[in-house]
Amino acid sequence: MSMDLSGLTVTRELDVRGLKCPMPLVKARQEIVQMAVGDVLKVISTDRGSVKDFQGWAKAANNVELIGQSESTADGKTLYIHFVRRIR
Amino acid sequence: MSLAALDTTIPHNGAMATVQTLAERVAALEAQLAEVQSRLPKDKVTIVVFSGDLDRVLAAFIIASGAATIGQDVSMFFTFWGLNALRRQRKLRGKKLTEKLMALMTPADTKGMGVSKLNFFGVGALMLRQMMKEKNVTSVEELIDLCADLGVRMVSCEMSRDVMGIDPDELRPNAEVGGVAAYLADALESRVTLFI
Repeated sequence: MSMDLSGLTVTRELDVRGLKCPMPLVKARQEIVQMAVGDVLKVISTDRGSVKDFQGWAKAANNVELIGQSESTADGKTLYIHFVRRIR
Repeated sequence: MSLAALDTTIPHNGAMATVQTLAERVAALEAQLAEVQSRLPKDKVTIVVFSGDLDRVLAAFIIASGAATIGQDVSMFFTFWGLNALRRQRKLRGKKLTEKLMALMTPADTKGMGVSKLNFFGVGALMLRQMMKEKNVTSVEELIDLCADLGVRMVSCEMSRDVMGIDPDELRPNAEVGGVAAYLADALESRVTLFI
């Protein structure tokens, strides 16, 4: 999933680097339920499986929307970045 | 517009009878729709945990925590060896000889569980735990507490608990008690049900 994410207002950022399945998802969910409807959460993960996991979350749950995902590299590690919006 | 209102506006040339037939058919369809809707699966996941192997129990709790996280109502039913996942202690007092032997031969809690393959009298389980720690994977004990926090229901099978001679006090205090119908009632309205 690639799209223009510039101009997107990120409300909170969550660093789950090093955490493995299912923790990136669990932490993201714990974070987003504390946020207001319409707010955007940026999640930074090193878990390769989290790419499909976040897509599955957005598909199965009715309260979140996956706005976009991207990859970048830091310290020789691939980062998987997810932008999730709370929609209800 | 109510039927009474129609009665005054439509001439009595048989049209009224048609309207009444239509109203009856709509009511019958609405009743059928309600029936169908009540039988549609809900956002529920049901898991039977039969195994008391560390790796299998771990898989069960990973699926349960993931499902709860993505907004599903999760029920876990623990039966036979799976009951050891709900155990917090080992009690021998007041048990028959066979029950005492069973208590001594089964793990007192998740820490005493072996793995389903290459266990080698517990060395395999220790290795798996060490490897999980190195890879920063959440331990089964943390996952069980996390599931409880996420609202996952944990139901112990009364029949197998009794057969295995496990005292209710040996189980987690928040564990519910149920039987096959309790499982089926949840499973029948779940989208996913698993036997692990």
